[in-house]
Amino acid sequence: MEATVHDQHGHATDHAHDAHHEEHKELSFFWKYIFATDHKVIGMQYLFTGLIFLLFGFCLMMMMRWQLAYPGKPMPVVGNLVCSALNMACKGLGDESMQGGVMSPAFYNSLGAMHGTIMIFLGVVPLAFGAFGNFVVPLQIGAVDMAFPRINAASYWSLFVGGIVMFVSFFVPGGAASSGWTSYSPLAGIATTGQTLWLVGMIFLITSSLLGAVNFITTIIQLRAPGMTWMRLPFFVWAQFVTGFLLLLAFPPLEAAGVMQLMDRLAGTSFFLPSGLVVTGMPSVVSGGGSPLLWQHLFWFLGHPEVYVLILPAMGIVCEVIACNTRKPIWGYRSLVFSVLFLGFLSFVVWAHHMYMTGMGQKISTFFQTTTVIISVPSVIILSALFISLWGGSIRFNTPMLFALGFLPMFGIGGLTGLPLAFNAIDLYLHDSYYVIAHFHYVVAPGTLFGLFAGIYHWYPKATGRMMNECWGKVHFWGSFVCMNGIFMPMFLQGMAGVGRRWYDGGQTYEFAQGVIHSNVGISMSAWALALFQIPFIINFFWSIRHGKKVSDNPWEATTIEWAAPSPPPHGNFVETPEAYRGPYEYSVPGHPKDFTPQSQTA
Amino acid sequence: MDIPYTVLPRKDTGLWNAKVGIWLFLASEVMLFGALFSTYILLRVNSPETGALKWPHHLLNVPIGTFNTGVLIFSSITVILAWASLVLKNLKAFKWWMGITILCGLAFLGIKSREYYQKFTHYGVFLRDGTVITGHMKNEDVKLKEGEVTRYISNLQVVNGVVNAGPMKGSEIEHVMIAPDAPAGHGHEAAEHKAEKIEGKDIARIASYGPWYSPYFAIYFTLTGLHAIHVFGGMVVNTFMWGPGTKMYFTNPQRFTNRVEVAGLFWHFVDLVWIFLFPVLYLL
Repeated sequence: MEATVHDQHGHATDHAHDAHHEEHKELSFFWKYIFATDHKVIGMQYLFTGLIFLLFGFCLMMMMRWQLAYPGKPMPVVGNLVCSALNMACKGLGDESMQGGVMSPAFYNSLGAMHGTIMIFLGVVPLAFGAFGNFVVPLQIGAVDMAFPRINAASYWSLFVGGIVMFVSFFVPGGAASSGWTSYSPLAGIATTGQTLWLVGMIFLITSSLLGAVNFITTIIQLRAPGMTWMRLPFFVWAQFVTGFLLLLAFPPLEAAGVMQLMDRLAGTSFFLPSGLVVTGMPSVVSGGGSPLLWQHLFWFLGHPEVYVLILPAMGIVCEVIACNTRKPIWGYRSLVFSVLFLGFLSFVVWAHHMYMTGMGQKISTFFQTTTVIISVPSVIILSALFISLWGGSIRFNTPMLFALGFLPMFGIGGLTGLPLAFNAIDLYLHDSYYVIAHFHYVVAPGTLFGLFAGIYHWYPKATGRMMNECWGKVHFWGSFVCMNGIFMPMFLQGMAGVGRRWYDGGQTYEFAQGVIHSNVGISMSAWALALFQIPFIINFFWSIRHGKKVSDNPWEATTIEWAAPSPPPHGNFVETPEAYRGPYEYSVPGHPKDFTPQSQTA
Repeated sequence: MDIPYTVLPRKDTGLWNAKVGIWLFLASEVMLFGALFSTYILLRVNSPETGALKWPHHLLNVPIGTFNTGVLIFSSITVILAWASLVLKNLKAFKWWMGITILCGLAFLGIKSREYYQKFTHYGVFLRDGTVITGHMKNEDVKLKEGEVTRYISNLQVVNGVVNAGPMKGSEIEHVMIAPDAPAGHGHEAAEHKAEKIEGKDIARIASYGPWYSPYFAIYFTLTGLHAIHVFGGMVVNTFMWGPGTKMYFTNPQRFTNRVEVAGLFWHFVDLVWIFLFPVLYLL
């Protein structure tokens, strides 16, 4: 029996070879760039999609910032443009939303809801997981491609459809979803058509992430190059591995919840609709008997692991960039790995700290308060290890390193200001205030986004064979760094004064808000200035594709295996199958002629 | 530069890629159905002791459910035999066993849709005093004050005796006739009692036994509906293996056997979900 099986195996591989050689024929434009199965092309598709949606989500916020800084005043130029665009797409929608350039409360709500949704599910996740995971992970483990290239393409196109659905939802009667990015029921259950499209879009986005997660984990388990043992994996790969598991196991409950909310909206069920529901003075016809809290539990069961989906890949990128640019091994590689695993595990048991205000009971609150405080430990270990790695390094202050260094204190502020929120008693006061907004934006905006920018500058020469312009890169960094703090630092003060996160006029009518409300103008100015400082990046990014300085395959003199591949890597990645002979961060090894020893180098 | 381990297992993991992939996918499926089972538990413990939204016990037809469970378990055996036939290089036996597996899936869906149909044609009239009369009704059993003919009572939305939606919106109901179910113990399919007349002013709501009827029906239809979609998906894959996919057997038999194994794992998962659904929805 054993013998026959082996016989079959030998036979099988021969045929697999035949089939693949046929595939290597020159592909048409359509198959090469549109329905591509090469992980690098798909990574680029994710990158461009993610960046475009990031800009789009930012534009939504810039419009909201006008309303917050100058409540009720007509928005110059843009206001009328948006009004007529919406009118053109759906008769009367523009007048409802932006008549004369003045934003209506309902439109403000839907901008807020869609800003959150787009930034998280269509901006950061496609960039952090889709783009960097796809482009870098197979290269770093020395693989030829992802384990399932066609599933990879399906994953991208599912995201694309989800993005289109989300975009289209702005132009249906009633406008886009307006019940917050959390879509709490029963509010979302009775909202306009936009909410239905939000749910349909989410189901596509979730499907995309699930397919991606299966693919990433399989790739990391199965396709590591010879000698690439688990403890020789670059930290970035570990971060993506854990992220994959978070998406794989946390997203399905939201998919189930999405299906149920869709049933509530379309099939008249009452999963999340309570008995005796009255809508605009009319008793609702639904059966009732459902539980609005159930939606919150299912939503945050994804929602909290999602936070780590956003931050872990950025931590991984920062770790790579710091190791390379301090020219010394990362401090505490093993601690980093075990911390990230522990973090991944714990992130599944902290979700209800988003729900202290729901009155779910002291015992449950205490449990989640405890786990939430514990989860700060591995995060602090990771951040400390990265900080300590700087000690005694001969640091190169290039653009990627600046972004990575910017990440550390920014994530530090974001993380530490989260600690008070972990405590039930303090959260009761700070809940749903601008303090919360400032806290998680410090983690995600100057945190994750800086990590992602570091990654773009760092791996750009690998993807194109050329460098991005350093000078404009530094303008991009310093401008963004100052503006980010200008936006989010005052929000802590506003939040502590009690300003609520969803107020349409920034708190004009509340006496206790008067002391901090003037900073809304400064915040908005910073936000618009931040947009201006992205222009050098955008131009730099496209200009350098053709005109950037040509560089060798390993311009940063880095150690990890992706730098052993040609730049840009061809289909199949490596000239010959690479092999790992050592750990990922062998910089400045005493007795070696050079200050870096690539993983693929034999001696 | 081919992707390795598509056919042969990797030495240190002992697995080929698709097998890792399908187990991961099934893990996510467990979380998907896990969330729905959690919903079931939560809705059930929250349901009131009395009244219209009381959790119904033993409402579904147990013999039919048992039979359907048997059909799926049997198909789990045949899908294994299909795979085993391929390992033994017996393509003809594979075709037979896989064919039977597909037919079992078809039978399951057929029986399930018959159960669905019976639910959609069964009604509850919720009275304003809180009681519910369940039974069978036809379109002409609903008499409106204006004397219009009632259409589509299956999705009639009534609030306090007035139609709330659709083409008859605003019409007041004069009375409805309903043939009530036999009292408990006789089985609700048994001989029906004489039609009962209910005045429009007493009616709070009329609904068929669809997902909108109560939280129990909501979760019943969502769970079984999602499961039915999975059964259908599994059947599509199995049919591909049975039909056009078989081509691969002649060029790469090992890879084809692997594919059938992966499809079989999914089919087992679909069966397993039903093994949980059956007691939860029919017996408890």
